[in-house]
Amino acid sequence: MAVKTMVESIRETLADEMARDGRVMVIGEDVGQLGGVFRATEGLQARFGADRVVDMPLAEGVIVGAGLGLAMSGMRPVVEIQFLGFGHQAFHQIGQQVARLRYRSAGRHSVPMVIRAPFGGGVRTPELHSDAFEAFYAHCPGLKVVAPSTAHDAKGLLNAALDTDDPVLYLEPLKGYRLQRDEVPEDRFTVPIGKAQVVREGTDVTIVAWSAAVQLALKAADELAADGISAHVLDLRSLVPLDVTGVADAVSATGRAVILHEAPLTGGFGAELAATIQQECFYDLLAPVHRITAPDTPYPLAGIEEAYVPDQARVVREVTALMEVAP
Amino acid sequence: MTRFTPPHEAVEPFRLLDTAGELLGETQMSAAEILESFEWMLLTRTFDEKATSLQRQGRFGTFSSVRGQEASVVGAASALDPARDWIAPQYRELPAILRHGMPLENFALYFMGHPGGCVIPDHVRILPIQISLAAQLPQAVGVAWGLQRQRTDGVVATFVGDGASSEGDFHESLNLAGVAKAPVVFFLQNNGWAISTPRAKQTAARTFADRAAGYGIHGAYVDGNDLLAVNAVMTEAVERARAGDGPTLIESLTWRAGAHNTADDPTKYVTAADHEAWAGTDPVERVEAYLRSTGSLDDDGYEAIRHRCADEVDRALGVAQSTPAATSGALFDHVYAEPFARFDAQREAWRQMQEV
Ligand SMILES: Cc1ncc(C[n+]2csc(CCOP(=O)(O)OP(=O)(O)O)c2C)c(N)n1
Ligand SMILES: [Mg+2]
Repeated sequence: MAVKTMVESIRETLADEMARDGRVMVIGEDVGQLGGVFRATEGLQARFGADRVVDMPLAEGVIVGAGLGLAMSGMRPVVEIQFLGFGHQAFHQIGQQVARLRYRSAGRHSVPMVIRAPFGGGVRTPELHSDAFEAFYAHCPGLKVVAPSTAHDAKGLLNAALDTDDPVLYLEPLKGYRLQRDEVPEDRFTVPIGKAQVVREGTDVTIVAWSAAVQLALKAADELAADGISAHVLDLRSLVPLDVTGVADAVSATGRAVILHEAPLTGGFGAELAATIQQECFYDLLAPVHRITAPDTPYPLAGIEEAYVPDQARVVREVTALMEVAP
Repeated sequence: MTRFTPPHEAVEPFRLLDTAGELLGETQMSAAEILESFEWMLLTRTFDEKATSLQRQGRFGTFSSVRGQEASVVGAASALDPARDWIAPQYRELPAILRHGMPLENFALYFMGHPGGCVIPDHVRILPIQISLAAQLPQAVGVAWGLQRQRTDGVVATFVGDGASSEGDFHESLNLAGVAKAPVVFFLQNNGWAISTPRAKQTAARTFADRAAGYGIHGAYVDGNDLLAVNAVMTEAVERARAGDGPTLIESLTWRAGAHNTADDPTKYVTAADHEAWAGTDPVERVEAYLRSTGSLDDDGYEAIRHRCADEVDRALGVAQSTPAATSGALFDHVYAEPFARFDAQREAWRQMQEV
């Protein structure tokens, strides 16, 4: 097995899928000639042609809306939103149309579309590029939302997203694109959508995270281990559908739950998890469910983003404090 | 019989200075005004060069230079009155917002990622730099509409790129501006590119200016590397808006002479032939040639301007670089007019966190 970065894994999976299935198209801003601003689609246009890998006019609404139409016509479009922050410009299509077309057409139309979007902070992007807006999309019934944290899962979840007839928002961590490298099997495989994975076994406290925050949780867990605290880390991988059993098992294993995300606290996806945990694990809990998140403020300019995005020291400190809470 | 709109014939942009700096018609700009504009053009070019080199050393953030578009931006700005007109910028219009009163050090701080960069002095009539493409346009129409309702004679000039003009916000804004007869001028800088996407992939229209007709507003197509032509067209549009005769869409045909921004590698998509087609059209050189040939500028005058520009850039970057780093409190400043308990508690928690 070869070690790959996340962006390599995504790029190669797209290429494999385009070679395998002539219905797959890639459309978006700067995805063709340039190969995407992060090079996630590099080489695809040269290999598959400008009519399958299309540089679109600069308008996210029509990119997603036309993607929806392509899907209805029988194609399997992979639509790129250059940064999730600019998903707002397409939100009327995503929330109102993509997510509910099956419902609104009483099952007549399927939307086998993947919307790829990098998201999250920590890489000093310009203003309005770094928000983690996953909760908005998790709130749109009809849409599935996945957020891989490794190159391995990037491939497996992208394949699964292409296989399903439901529309999938596929979130890519800006921070992990090149930083995260791991082994990716050559052959095609899928990671099931809706299945979380324990990525570190522990006995004292469970940290639930997704996307780039998983790597942060793992690093914090190493540091906590040195302090004698054994952290269990669950990589959610899918937000919708949520792996309720996986979450409940992981939390019940330790009795303490910490939810870690980059988005602001209020209305973040952590709120959904906290409610689910208290319902599923109430009698196993030894401490209140704790959330480590950004504050309820807009994502700042790059110069102070370190104060905004949760970091390792903060995770260690807050987990340690939670261990001191006695029932 | 069905009648179709006739196919379009090619059009040439309006021009007053040829590429050698020879005047082709009449200009309303005085020699002093042209010299002032030339200085703004050189100032922005000086800043772009300095900031690009700082960025390479890791001392400045990702930013987009104005290089190649100096006449376009300054020509448009030169028709505005900072005491009553407003600017709703995109992000590639530094000299326009400087002329309107934005301190250069604030602009620098913004691209250094410092929240002080968001400060717009009270008397300065500009909206924040817009990153979310075309989002400034509906707002520009709204400001113009409000100025009209309040019976001031202010006009709003809003800048937008060829790429951003594909967004729905662009079309919705032109439409409303026409209906409301809002005193707004849409200044579209067609610099050939939206990152790597060429102009031809944005629209099949003959020109961007042609779109004006579809919204029932005035349109103009101008050589954006010609300061005098841009000023002439913009002046007319601003006067018309001020007189209550409605909005205009101006397409300024120019060329992004550099990369999209400091993170971009244009060799992946801009060909030598592309650059060749625009060789010899540098807007700064064109005005300089005109000013020299008319006796308004000599070597000493030129050197004096260069020195003033270099001094101003050094001063502003000095101020920006010596500004103390922001603390986490800046995350919480200006989020709400009336903060509330939970918010204040978070601010306090973050303050304590910064202490540990
Ligand atoms: C709504 C939105 N979508 C995508 C982007 C990413 N992006 C930043 S600049 C740019 C190209 C803009 O081109 P244009 O409007 O022609 O302006 P120019 O950079 O050429 O001045 C893109 C796609 C963005 N900032 N906002
Ligand atoms: Mg452009």
